Amino acid sequence: MLADSVEKFIANDYDFESRQKIAGSEHGYSSTVWQTFADLGWTAVPFSEADGGFDGGPLELMVMMQQFGRGLVVEPYLANIVLAGGILRRVGSEAQKANWLQPLIAGELQAALAFVEPQSRYDIANIETTAEPAGDGWVISGQKGIVLNGGHAGLLIVPARTSGASTSPDGITLFAVDGAVDGVRKQPYQTVDAHQAAEIRLENVQVDAGAVLGEIDAGHAVLEDVIDEATLAVCAEAVGIMQIMTDKTVEYSKNRVQFGVPIGSFQALQHRMVDMLTACEQSYSLLIWASMANADRTDEARRSISALKYQIGTAGKKVGQEAVQLHGGMGVSWDTDIAHYFKRLTAIGQMFGNADWHLDKLAA
Amino acid sequence: MHVTFSDDELAFRDEVRSFFRDDMPAGIAEKQRLSVPLDREDYVRFQKALFEKGWAGYNWPVEYGGTGWTIAQKYIFGTEMADANAPVIIPFGLGMVGPVVYTFGNEAQKQRFLPDILESNVWWCQGYSEPGSGSDLASLKTRAELAGDHYVVNGTKTWTTLGQHADWIFCLVRTNTDVARRQEGISFLLIDMHTPGVTVTPIITIEGDHEINEVHFADVQVPVENLIGEEGKGWTYGKVLLQHERTGTAGVARSNYRLKNLRAQAARSVRGAAPLANDRNFMRKLAATEVELKALEFTELRTLAAVASGKAPGPESSILKLRGTELQQATDELYVEAAGYYALPYVPDQYVLDFPDENRVGEGAETTNSLRYFNFRKASIYGGSNEIQKNIIAKHVLGL
Repeated sequence: MLADSVEKFIANDYDFESRQKIAGSEHGYSSTVWQTFADLGWTAVPFSEADGGFDGGPLELMVMMQQFGRGLVVEPYLANIVLAGGILRRVGSEAQKANWLQPLIAGELQAALAFVEPQSRYDIANIETTAEPAGDGWVISGQKGIVLNGGHAGLLIVPARTSGASTSPDGITLFAVDGAVDGVRKQPYQTVDAHQAAEIRLENVQVDAGAVLGEIDAGHAVLEDVIDEATLAVCAEAVGIMQIMTDKTVEYSKNRVQFGVPIGSFQALQHRMVDMLTACEQSYSLLIWASMANADRTDEARRSISALKYQIGTAGKKVGQEAVQLHGGMGVSWDTDIAHYFKRLTAIGQMFGNADWHLDKLAA
Repeated sequence: MHVTFSDDELAFRDEVRSFFRDDMPAGIAEKQRLSVPLDREDYVRFQKALFEKGWAGYNWPVEYGGTGWTIAQKYIFGTEMADANAPVIIPFGLGMVGPVVYTFGNEAQKQRFLPDILESNVWWCQGYSEPGSGSDLASLKTRAELAGDHYVVNGTKTWTTLGQHADWIFCLVRTNTDVARRQEGISFLLIDMHTPGVTVTPIITIEGDHEINEVHFADVQVPVENLIGEEGKGWTYGKVLLQHERTGTAGVARSNYRLKNLRAQAARSVRGAAPLANDRNFMRKLAATEVELKALEFTELRTLAAVASGKAPGPESSILKLRGTELQQATDELYVEAAGYYALPYVPDQYVLDFPDENRVGEGAETTNSLRYFNFRKASIYGGSNEIQKNIIAKHVLGL
C-alpha cells in the first residue's frame, strides 16, 4: 500500500528528467515535492499515533527507501525524518515534540542531525564539540562536518561532549539548536550524489536548559539506535538502486548492438549480469532479515545492520561498477541515469561506516 | 630497475628531476599542487617547455626530432615526471598521430605536420568511436567520399577527449563500403577542425566536467593530401596507434606516485583523525595494490624492451592496458575510502588559486577523490574496452 503509493509517485511525478532539474536547482531539492510527501503522510510514517504518525517500523521504512532509491529522490527524508525525527521521537519531551516534531511532520521545518565531526570518521562516539554549563543553560562550541541537510536546517540536533574523553561513548549529550542562532556558521554545499550537506562551526552558541534532548551524558545510546536505523534506510535505498541498475543494464544489453548482435548475447557479459542479479538478491535477502530483526533492538538486530551494510558496501560497489562498465561510454555520461545511480551508491558506501568498518564489528 | 642504472643514467635522472622541479613554466606546479584544473594554455606552455628542452618527442626517433631515448631513459623520464606531479602530456599529438605520421605518412606530410606536433603549435584530437561504433570500431559509418581532389566527409565521432580545444582531428573514416571485410574500407584521414561543416558539441561526464565531445561532420571538404598512407589501409594504421595508446594508458608511474602519496598520507593525521595507517584493513589493501603495480611495472619494462629490440608493441600491450587501468581504478577506490565522509562534498569551486584555506571543505584535495574515481571509470572503457582487450589476448596470445 505504502510501497504502491511511493512507486506511483516516482513513476508519475519524479522521472529522471524532473529529478535532474530538481537536483540542479539552487535549493537542491523541491519544497513542493517535500510538501507533497507531508500531505501524503510519508513524513509521518515512523512516528507513533500519539505523535501524529502511523506507527511504521523498519519494514515500512524499507519499502519506502527502496522506492526513493529507484527514483534517486534528493528530498531530505533521511536527514529530516530518519535522523532528526529519529532523535525527537525517541527522547523528545512533549514540549520538544510540539516545538519541533509536529512542524517536521507537517513539512514546515527542516532539520538535521550533526553527528559527524572532521576527525570522527565512522566513530559516532568520537565527539570533540563541547557543551559547558552556563547559568540555566549551556554554551556549545565545536565543528561539525558533512551535516546532511545542514544548510537548510532550521533545527540542528547537535551531539556535544558534556563529560568524558573525546572518544568515550559516555558523556555525550544531545542538544536542539536553532539553525539561525548567533554563533552558528554554516557552509552549505551539494554532495557528489546531488544531496545537500554543510560544514557547521559552533562558536559559543548559547542554548537554554530546554534544549537538552533526553538525558545528560546519555546521548550515545540514542545516537547509536538512530544511526542504525539510518543505516538500514540507506541500505534499503541502495538495494532499490542496485535492482534498477541491474534491470537497466540487462535492458541496455538487449538493445545495444555491436558486432551485429545485441551485446547481451555474449556469454562473458551474460555471466556478469547473472553475478549482478545474484548480488541484488543476496542484498535484498539481508535487507529483509535486517528489517525484520530490527523490530526490537537486540544484539541480532545490531549485527544484522552491520551484515547488511557490509554487503551493500561490497555488492553495491560491484553492481554499480559493472552497470557503468556494461553501459560503456554512456555509463560515464552525465545525461545517463546510470551515472547518477552509481554516484549515490558510492556515497552510501561512504556513509555510516564502510564495508571494512562493519566487517570489523562482525569479526569482533 | 634501480640497481641497473649506469652513471650516465643516474646523471640523466638528476637532470630530469631538476627540470621538473625548477624549470616548469610559471604557475603550473602551483596549480598541480592545489589540484587546480589546467586550461588549454597551461598544457601548451608545459609541452612547449618540454620542446625547448628537446624532450617533447620523448617517444620519437631522432630523425624526426625525437629524443631517441633508451628504455631506461624513457622509464626514468616517465617516473620523474609522475613523481614531480607534472601535468600529463596530452597524448593525441605527441603520443598518437605523430608516430602514425612518421611511420606511415609521406615526406610532405611529415614536413607539414611533425614540427607543429613536436612544438605543440597544433592541438590534436582523436576521431575513432561513433555513437553506433564503440567496442565494434570496425562498424564505423563516418563516410569520406572522393570528389576530385578532396574527400567529402559526413558523420559523427564521439567521446572525443578535449576536442573543444582541438585544431585538428585524426579520423578513421569509411572510404569504401563495398568490401569483403569491414576493416578494409577504412582510411586514416587528418581533418582541420576549422573547416566549414565541423561542429563540436560537449558531453558532460559523470563527475560534471566538460572533457569529452561529439564531433559532427556535414559535407566537410578534406584535401586528398590529408590521407595517411593508402586508402583502405586505415585500420592497420589505426591499430598500431591503438597499441601505442594501450601502452601509454597503463599509467604505471602515475599510479606509483599516487600510491606513494597515499601511503605518506596514511601515516599522518588528516583533519585531526587517527592516522589511517592504524587501519590494518586499509593498509593491507594498499599493500596488495602496490604488489600488483610492481608486477605491472616490470611487465611494462619487458614490453618496452621488446619494442626497443625492434618489435612493434603487440597484443601484450593489451595486458598493460587491462591491468594498468584496473590498478588506476583500484588506486582511486583507495583514495575514496581514505576520504571517508569527505568523499561526499562536491566543491569544485574551491580548486582555484588563492582559495582561502579557512573556507576549504576537507583537507587538501580529498574532496576531489570521488570525482576522480567517477571520472576514471572511463579508463576500463576507452582505448578499446577491457572486454575487448581480453578478446584480443584470447585470440592473438592464447590462440583461442
